[in-house]
Amino acid sequence: MNLEFTEEMVMLQDGLNKFLQNEYNFETRQKLSRDGIGYSESNWQQFADMGLLGVPFEEEYGGFGFGQTGLIVIMEAIGKGLVVEPYLASIILGGQLIQQAGSEEQKQALLPALIGGELKLAFAYAEQQSRYNLADVACTAEKQGEQYVLNGHKSVVFNAETADKIIVSARTSGNTISEQGVSLFIIDKAANGLTARHYETVDGLRASDLSFEAVTAEAVLGTIDEAFAVIQTVIDSATAAICAEGVGVINQLREKTVEYLKTRKQFGQPLGSFQILQHRSVDMFMAEEQMRSLAYLAAIHATSDDKAECVKSVSAAKIYLGDTRSIVAEQAAQLHGGIGVTDELDVAHYVKRLTMLNALFGDRDFQMQRFCQVS
Amino acid sequence: MDLNYSPEEQAFQLEVREFLRTHYPKDIQEKVANGIALKKDDYVRWQKILYKKGWVAPGWPKKYGGTGWTPVQKYIFEEECGAANCLRLVAFGLVMLGPVLLEFGSEEQKQQYLPDILESNLWWAQGYSEPNSGSDLASLQTKAEKVGDHYIVNGSKTWTTHGHYADKIFTLVRTSQEDRKQKGISFLLIDMDDPGVTVDPIITVDGMHVVNQVFFDNVKVPVENIVGKEGDGWTIAKYLLQHERTNIAQVPRSKTQIARLKALATKQQSNGKPLLEDERFRSKIAEIEVELMALEMTSRRVLSKLSSGAPPGAASSLLKVKGTEVQQAITALLMEAVGYYGFPYMKEVMLNGWQDEPSIGPEEAAVLAPHYFDWRKTSIYGGSNEIQKNIMAKAVLGL
Repeated sequence: MNLEFTEEMVMLQDGLNKFLQNEYNFETRQKLSRDGIGYSESNWQQFADMGLLGVPFEEEYGGFGFGQTGLIVIMEAIGKGLVVEPYLASIILGGQLIQQAGSEEQKQALLPALIGGELKLAFAYAEQQSRYNLADVACTAEKQGEQYVLNGHKSVVFNAETADKIIVSARTSGNTISEQGVSLFIIDKAANGLTARHYETVDGLRASDLSFEAVTAEAVLGTIDEAFAVIQTVIDSATAAICAEGVGVINQLREKTVEYLKTRKQFGQPLGSFQILQHRSVDMFMAEEQMRSLAYLAAIHATSDDKAECVKSVSAAKIYLGDTRSIVAEQAAQLHGGIGVTDELDVAHYVKRLTMLNALFGDRDFQMQRFCQVS
Repeated sequence: MDLNYSPEEQAFQLEVREFLRTHYPKDIQEKVANGIALKKDDYVRWQKILYKKGWVAPGWPKKYGGTGWTPVQKYIFEEECGAANCLRLVAFGLVMLGPVLLEFGSEEQKQQYLPDILESNLWWAQGYSEPNSGSDLASLQTKAEKVGDHYIVNGSKTWTTHGHYADKIFTLVRTSQEDRKQKGISFLLIDMDDPGVTVDPIITVDGMHVVNQVFFDNVKVPVENIVGKEGDGWTIAKYLLQHERTNIAQVPRSKTQIARLKALATKQQSNGKPLLEDERFRSKIAEIEVELMALEMTSRRVLSKLSSGAPPGAASSLLKVKGTEVQQAITALLMEAVGYYGFPYMKEVMLNGWQDEPSIGPEEAAVLAPHYFDWRKTSIYGGSNEIQKNIMAKAVLGL
């Protein structure tokens, strides 16, 4: 039993933390989030140069082969820095779909470019009626000659605006909610018939709703009708990853709140001298440690061949992440008083991210149902 | 990161499992599994078996009768004991006084007391809390006045677990009045048979007699019964709190209890189907399971740090708070699971189990409500959960 990270992983995390401390303060992040494309291309290139974009991928395609454990190291730092660059969308979702479902040729063609920062991906899977059910796919793909033509709508596709290619789940057979009959396609962002409405998200990221009207797919990714298992695997990996991101966010909320309690004086004494506020801070600390434990556990089992163990660990972590909305996010805002609900203070933006993570890849209720099916 | 035990550790795990299977008395196992009250003989019998095997004091140095196990081996031993419904040995001698004597005791005291602690020849009780000193332990008032080569002890200790079984009691007593209440406290060993010692039972909310109030009325204690020097008492008490408590979270036991809860909820019916299939009840179990999974992993993270040589820090406070919350939540659901059959109060069944007559309601039910009430104690004893939060606020958060 060993629950420490390898030296290489620690070095990678230290490098990223140092970069974020020196060049990614809150004001910089806010400017990136609000202007232009919503993040910095030059930061993305730096991430590539630091090796961050290759963390989960196999070495033969230019990756590090650090797998899921490597991802939590990166994602915890991303959470701490409230990073807006599209690591989740492009690397964890897009890249891992290519890694897992792609043909040898596709992997050779796409992964090195992705790892080098030249290619960016997004994954369109959610639909208006689907909520969190990955098998609920109404968007269709019909075979016409040698090609597939897509029709339908995809909801809240993160970082679609800046992606070069979009991976889309579409139905090739079966009824609207059957796992069988879901397929994956690679769509060029300039494809005819693809229209997008781009927007900012409430937590400072970018996303788009996409409409497909007779859009010809550039390629099929994986086996027709059989994509559900791959989608589920990659979403489980991404879910474990955002739990680690949540740990980073929680850590900052706890540290910033405790710091505030030490400096803010009322009634002639620091707020931190009041026991009720001390105990609430301890509740935040305990939630942070328990969440970190579950995020690590999810990382260990996310790619397990034992599907029940995977679902149990990943959903447990995501349930707990949902719990931290009240224990950590709402508490942090409350303990900061009025300043905690201003746009000016970084705390409010950590609160927003932690809150919105609950809705990503299935909220607490959805994960509770999954958990109960396997436990 | 790797959760798996090494091949050597796996071999050890199998060895422990096999030993427990062949040597742990089945009658005691049955009592623990069903929550039936344990008797003095049960504790002594199991401790003597472990003593014979050499496994009685994993926390002690090998030369004094410890096992020489690594932290992971100790953890595995506790896991296996929890899974096998093992009775928890009485901690007062083995986990509390033993380590204190090893650290602060004289050579004579070690020779005199340690062997009997190991072999369970003498039953030790703990004399810390007083009627007016609970969480504020340092305010204790039991006095020990030095007269010649004796201390004359006057005062009272309370919540003395198994005090009515005890041969001896280790106490914190005030030997002098100083400027700070933490000063002037000493660690004194007292014979329960001494003239002037009386034990009054305290019946707890479940109707059982486990704890007591102990009175000292001009009790004559030889000066050589002091551990360390006069005034060292508070240092010793703090040492005990910081002493390694890997099993404080009680994760293995709670896992066994969750399995017991699920089995019970499968047998109980609600709306014509097993209660376990009731979505609301199932979610309540799941919430505890999630917290327990987190707690198990937190324990392992602490262990992983221990194994690499780092101190456990304030982790034991976190493990105590979360561990007791989980235990209490399980007792509540066990009681809820039997519905109306939480009502019948069957003291005889709590003491001896169902004997020749058929059970009233589900066989498991009789102990469940009393256990729920009794288990409220866990967030109160050992430093209440509020005290643990004070410790974390200070030690971890710097508040």
